[in-house]
Amino acid sequence: MPQGERGPIVRRLAGLMALVAAVGMLSACGSDSSGGSGAGGASLVVYSGREEELVAPLLARFEKDEGIDLEVRYGDSAELAATLLEEGDAARADVFFSQDAGSLGVVAEAGLLTELDDSILERVDSQFRSDEGLWVGTSGRARVAAYNTNALAEEDLPDSVHAFTDPEWKGRIGFPPTNSSFQAFVAGMIATEGEDDTRAFLGGLVANEPETYEDNEAVVRALAEGVIDVGLVNHYYIYEVEADEGPIPVENHFFTGGDPGALVNAAGVGVLASSEEMDAARSFVEYLTGDAGQRYFAEDTFEYPVAHGLKPSVELVTLDQIQSPDVDLSDLGERLQPALTLLAEVGLL
Amino acid sequence: MSLAGHLAPSRAPVFRGRPARGGLLVAGLAVGALMLLPVAYLVLRAAGASTESWDLILRARTLALAFRSIGLAAAVTASAVAIGVPLAWLTARTDLPSRRLWSVLVALPLVIPSYVGAFALIAALGPGGIVQDLLAKPFGVERLPDISGFVGAWLALTLFTYPYVYLLVASGIKGLDPSHEEAARGLGESAWSTFVRVTLPMLRPSIAAGSLLVALYTLHDFGAVSLMRFQTFTQAIYLQYRGAFDRTPAAILSLFLVALALGVLVMEHKARGRARYYRSGAGSKRPSRVLSLGRWKWPALLFCGAVTAAAFALPVSVIAFWLIRGAVSGDGLNLTWAAAGNSVLVSGAGALVALVAALPVALLAVRFPGRSTTVMERLSYSGYALPGIVVALALVFFTANFSPALYQSLPLVVIAYVVLFLPQAVEPLSASLLQLGPRMEEAARALGVRRTRVFARIVAPLIARGLVSGAALVFLTAMKELPATLLLRPTGFETLATRVWTGATAGLYAHAAGPALLLVAACAVPLYVLARRVEVREVEVKAD
Repeated sequence: MPQGERGPIVRRLAGLMALVAAVGMLSACGSDSSGGSGAGGASLVVYSGREEELVAPLLARFEKDEGIDLEVRYGDSAELAATLLEEGDAARADVFFSQDAGSLGVVAEAGLLTELDDSILERVDSQFRSDEGLWVGTSGRARVAAYNTNALAEEDLPDSVHAFTDPEWKGRIGFPPTNSSFQAFVAGMIATEGEDDTRAFLGGLVANEPETYEDNEAVVRALAEGVIDVGLVNHYYIYEVEADEGPIPVENHFFTGGDPGALVNAAGVGVLASSEEMDAARSFVEYLTGDAGQRYFAEDTFEYPVAHGLKPSVELVTLDQIQSPDVDLSDLGERLQPALTLLAEVGLL
Repeated sequence: MSLAGHLAPSRAPVFRGRPARGGLLVAGLAVGALMLLPVAYLVLRAAGASTESWDLILRARTLALAFRSIGLAAAVTASAVAIGVPLAWLTARTDLPSRRLWSVLVALPLVIPSYVGAFALIAALGPGGIVQDLLAKPFGVERLPDISGFVGAWLALTLFTYPYVYLLVASGIKGLDPSHEEAARGLGESAWSTFVRVTLPMLRPSIAAGSLLVALYTLHDFGAVSLMRFQTFTQAIYLQYRGAFDRTPAAILSLFLVALALGVLVMEHKARGRARYYRSGAGSKRPSRVLSLGRWKWPALLFCGAVTAAAFALPVSVIAFWLIRGAVSGDGLNLTWAAAGNSVLVSGAGALVALVAALPVALLAVRFPGRSTTVMERLSYSGYALPGIVVALALVFFTANFSPALYQSLPLVVIAYVVLFLPQAVEPLSASLLQLGPRMEEAARALGVRRTRVFARIVAPLIARGLVSGAALVFLTAMKELPATLLLRPTGFETLATRVWTGATAGLYAHAAGPALLLVAACAVPLYVLARRVEVREVEVKAD
């Protein structure tokens, strides 16, 4: 064993350690100095559960229009909500921009959000804001039955989601039971029709041997491939998949008559009570619920603007036309655990 | 007693020095305290649980999930051993054609994140996938067998975790003293019987260590099981966070997962046994002979080729397919070089710090075996058994509230990697310490050399292979880490894993493909260099 050659391994390791430590400290310092409020203009920390690919252009536009710097931490909405709960009073975020009402609800319930001005709250329908005024919706996403246009025509599709328990749909339907948007739909059905009817509905679905998927997008891709004929998804996934794949033979079908299958959930925003940048935070919420923000959601993300007086992009059925069920989104939270229990009972989880 | 009985690892009691003390013990306790943070956090969260939460957990379903997790872990571990051990033996001990190239190729699947790998498997083999498209026209294949559920999760996890067994066993084989095998051959045992009755028992610590890493990885994996739609304990934990926004049941379930992992650890401890794996007589090791494969050469090549094709070429081709399609449609390549630099920096730091933290744990456990040191070593596995999100939230809680300067800083990401992956550094270190034996240290100590100097001059050079494998394993695993990186990184700090995630969550595979391919390249290059250096060194030693 040539010891002279191998001896210095410890010294080499130590040298490497020192180098990494030095670089680490330098970059940590670097991020610290840029982390504080920039000279002059205000700086706002945003926890965004909304996808970077979708909202980054809008946030950049806000920075330019309002002269406020944003530091955006992207993540999963529910995980960011859990992070805010763990941070507690030591919250780092000024605003929480969430994919769904459920994540906002749990942060609001923990007393971490501050009340928004009535002038902002009144911009949206009471359906799309917290009862206590702690968060406000920014855009809506509707549950639909997406279908393969080679297999089905619009008139083949039922008015109610309950019809999919009929044996004629055996082996033709797909949905994502582990996805939070599907679970929110089940929670909505519990809210309007009670646990027993929801259990019966889920049991009927299972009897029809559905295909289950990881998320909405996988359902739409399976629809495009013709693996299934109908899928229970959010309305905008067709456009997301088309952005990646080009045109696909899939269309949305909207349930009618206040059917639980037509639940409209909201993405929204709330301001942390611990924030020291209340004015900037208020501008942010105003911007998202104002003309520029609402137009962006309508035209660039194919969602529904929730503020009064704006129409979605031309191809969409308008929000007024969707006969959504009478569900208060801030009540959905307490139905989520029962929804998970029911899904587990029928073997979908 | 049979011949093999004499040659197999001896049952003589292991070396027992004086009880550990001084700096080593303090360092060990400090590491142990760090590793216990997640469990402390979970106990804190579970303590506030209402009877409702407990009712939710204490159901038949929880037991069923536990059995599914254990079943999956057992199946994946068995198949990872079945693939990893023969590969290690073929590349380390036989005249397999271009075996140096194979020794790198078969390790490469380690760099593929299980969520990317599972996704690629579905894209290739799933309904409407690439393979079905290829078969549809010439052969009229309408539908391939379903690869979701248990089969899919088992396949994906086996393909992307067997390298843990392979790397540890290959390193174990290279550290073996060939005299036992030579004695067996000299006494007329066949090559096969020598392998089964002498070599395999000698490799027990490496196989047990690799199996442990695979089993615990399977227990905490979320990406593959979720994509393959196989319900496990870890998936149930994520559902509580993401579906019900409820931390308390998630904490209780996580504690159950830690208990499951402790069960696995007890099994590993039994499998490793109390045998001695180092030379007890006088003399030193010499390089072992290369075995000629003869007519087994072609089946051996086929085996290596098939494993590499399924576990590495397939996912990389799928990623390349998306990349090219994206480039053609004008999406650009999205080669995020800055993120690649960040990944290498933070994972490299994580690997080195993990190595330093692993040393006292491994030294105490191997050289001072006793109840307290064993308990300390076992507890250091709790972070590795937990899903990344749980460890991340534990660190959020402790640092945001008690050490705000550390919160959302790079050093915290490094600490998270240590908490998550420490066992990957401890296992190879322990295995090589077991092979080294205490004789030389004892001799040096008897000659009056200081402990630290004994370590630097004698132990470290002789366990260099374990040090390097440990650092490499942590580095490669940290490169893929997502949940903790997302929550703990400084705002705006992007790694390759976070870039892949950004593209994939928006359904834009073309955007995810560039960083995914860079991730594979950034891991493959160090792995290749590492393997070459080890080989070159060995040739030099042989030439001496």
